[in-house]
Amino acid sequence: MNSLIVILVRYCICTDSTEKLSLLFEGGMKCRRAELTRYRLCPIRPPRNQWYATLIEDSKCGLINRKFAETVYRLKVPRRNFCADGASTAPSSKCGPPGYDAKVGHYDVAIVGGGMVGMALACSLASMPLTKHLNVAIIDSNPALSGRFCIKKEDPPDPRVSTVTPATISLFKEIGAWKYVEQHRHAYFDKMQVWDYTGLGYTRYNARDVNKEVLGCVVENRVLHNSLLSCLQNAEFQKTIYPSRLLNLHLNSSSARVDSTSSGLPLHGQGPSVKLDLIDGGSLYAKLVVGADGSKSRVRELAGFKTTGWNYSQNAIICTVKHSVENQCAWQRFLPAGPIALLPMDDKFSNIVWTMNPNEANDRRVMQEDDFVKDVNNALDYGYGPHPKSSMFGNGGILSWLKADVTSANELFEVPPKVVNLTSDRLVFPLSLMHANNYASNHVALIGDSAHTVHPLAGQGVNLGFGDAFALSRVIAEGIAVGTDIGEVSLMRKYEAERKAANIAMMAVLDGFQKAYSVDFGPLNILRAAAFHGAHYISPLKRSIISYASGEQKLPLFF
Amino acid sequence: MASKLTNRLRALYTATNQHRILSSHTGAQTAFLFSSSRLASDVPSLSNPSSAPPPQIPQSVKTSSAPSSLNQNELAKFAAIAETWWNSEGPFKPLHAINPTRLAFIRSTLCRHFGRDQYSPKPFEGLKFVDVGCGGGILSEPLARMGATVTGVDAVEKNINIARLHADLDPSTSTIEYCCTTAEKLVEEQRTFDAVIALEVIEHVANPAEFCKSLATLTVSNGATVISTINRSMRAYATAIIAAEYLLHWLPKGTHQWSSFLTPEELVLILQRASVSVKEMAGFVFNPLTGRWSLSDDIGVNFIAFGTKNS
Repeated sequence: MNSLIVILVRYCICTDSTEKLSLLFEGGMKCRRAELTRYRLCPIRPPRNQWYATLIEDSKCGLINRKFAETVYRLKVPRRNFCADGASTAPSSKCGPPGYDAKVGHYDVAIVGGGMVGMALACSLASMPLTKHLNVAIIDSNPALSGRFCIKKEDPPDPRVSTVTPATISLFKEIGAWKYVEQHRHAYFDKMQVWDYTGLGYTRYNARDVNKEVLGCVVENRVLHNSLLSCLQNAEFQKTIYPSRLLNLHLNSSSARVDSTSSGLPLHGQGPSVKLDLIDGGSLYAKLVVGADGSKSRVRELAGFKTTGWNYSQNAIICTVKHSVENQCAWQRFLPAGPIALLPMDDKFSNIVWTMNPNEANDRRVMQEDDFVKDVNNALDYGYGPHPKSSMFGNGGILSWLKADVTSANELFEVPPKVVNLTSDRLVFPLSLMHANNYASNHVALIGDSAHTVHPLAGQGVNLGFGDAFALSRVIAEGIAVGTDIGEVSLMRKYEAERKAANIAMMAVLDGFQKAYSVDFGPLNILRAAAFHGAHYISPLKRSIISYASGEQKLPLFF
Repeated sequence: MASKLTNRLRALYTATNQHRILSSHTGAQTAFLFSSSRLASDVPSLSNPSSAPPPQIPQSVKTSSAPSSLNQNELAKFAAIAETWWNSEGPFKPLHAINPTRLAFIRSTLCRHFGRDQYSPKPFEGLKFVDVGCGGGILSEPLARMGATVTGVDAVEKNINIARLHADLDPSTSTIEYCCTTAEKLVEEQRTFDAVIALEVIEHVANPAEFCKSLATLTVSNGATVISTINRSMRAYATAIIAAEYLLHWLPKGTHQWSSFLTPEELVLILQRASVSVKEMAGFVFNPLTGRWSLSDDIGVNFIAFGTKNS
């Protein structure tokens, strides 16, 4: 029916980078052959810097473009003229706002809340070639951001600690912040024991089960924060710190201007900036506002994100204690009112996170130090019930074929080291579960606790937050690669889709744990004991539980 | 909504009084005839349908004086929905969805061609690009953010107005030069560009061969030409027309006519005649589970081609 008839389109199997796609044309008297360089767009993906991954989901990405490989980590001096507005004239890395009555600052990203998660986002943006040119404002009244607080090694550890997972550790290494953590007190642990008060079962985990060095690392929050701050200060990055708090958000600040000039023409997508008013009277504009301001997020409230959640009617007491011997294992025992965890710190210190009902918590907070220490030792030993026996099923006799390759299955129950004295204040805080129904809208995104708070029983909260921060920065890099307005809702939805699934799964697991242990009921106790035995002896299950808790995004059981 | 749109289109058609047959795309027979006329237009002697219009073929091609590859019918279609260009949930939703993917192709191929750093946030600094058929500027704006000096042209004045207004919202895109003109007129003005980009346009022009010639003339020697369109395959008919327009209502009915589509081989050939040699080609595939587009080897439906102008 026409002069050209395609006879053959021949695809060659990809074998190397010079593969060609040959198109053979034959039409009438003419015989033409055009050789098209086979489409190849697949770079060697730099580890974690996966901005390309979502652009190309072609499973046949065996092809390698060497040019990509060469440019992967060739860091260039960032170009400073990203915006033609006042932003690029703002001096880099200054503390305190520029004269408030003068020109209002314009930024690419405004991070509300300079806590651990907010700083992790800033560091991550500073570390990637595609985002290091961004002009970032950090809004936080915490004086720690302006000055440098020296954390002395001899100070006793702060009770506010986080258990960071191997996944978080590798992300920290990637942005260059882990080396600062290592300069301070931190405690890796490779063993973990979980048991409950009924004495029916226990589980011991060992990093060697999954061929890893460590199961996690216990670090004080102030050390994590300080390390991220040092990392950011040493990066060549345009950042401005506003020591203030957010008062108001004007989400469609520039659309009003357009509507008046265009006779009501509906321009969807609105303007590219959000105006932020601060409580000290200052204001600034940003293309993307990131709420990293914790569980009582002001950004979440002002942007109108709805949340779902419930209180556990449980409080947690946290404090630092000292042993007479070094503690190198993480311990967790489920008691009738909630779990108690003993996390190793350096120098014979340990951290206690003890969940109980609010009245008990208030009593224990004010009781005599000696009595409290006695209570802790009791809770970690014979209190509430006997020690579990390791030979309930004849030392796993009937399950022995399952445990062959898991070293920790043969490990016997141990009693945690005795607490000698208390070395910090006892802090009490209420526990709740909260999840924002959305993490993102036009020009606004939520990360960390502002999007979700979880039960602290597995120490996952801040790890989920770090996961959010790194995912958001990757999505921003992907957007910049293809010239997208960084606040655009479609880009933010991509971030939301990526993180929501991971966060909800983890929240459900933790909430399930909490619920399973908040009931003292005979048959359920047996079931829990069976679960402990399963988790202790069945190696694939055990490995997948460890992997999931280490931050690999795969739910246990789906191995 | 569809009937409303049809009414609006009808009103526009009547107003412009240039079209005698309204729904040429609905009758299979007319479509076939139309197809033959379009294919015939590959032959230079028949390139101007007004010189030898076959009887009973819809007079879809302009009567204006300037020689142009424009199709007035198509212009009216886009003028009717111009206001919704930047509504990412509106009639141009598929375009918004596919945009990052096609930009990824452009970024990758042009960075390599012009020897630019893939990891630079603004790899196209100092390069002059023209976006032919820019519409509301959905492609022009990202290109400008990637550093290019962008000229956006579109034959529909309403599109240009929308594009200007939207670009002014962001300082990084307000430098885009938007003109209500055609590729042919740019050729007359002897403008040239380092890269000429015409995405999802060629299936809407009356004479693809002439259009490609104009694009080639606008490209500097050793410059780049990027064209994307839809394959004239059965799968394209099933997905781009039946599914996208009639079942999923992604696109207004009548947005595309299967007969106006070009196969990759035809595109390569007409570009070759215009002294542009196609170097790379890729397909776009839609993943219904993630709702995202990605690049692939499958050029069966949507595809994009990158070529260089022979020196």
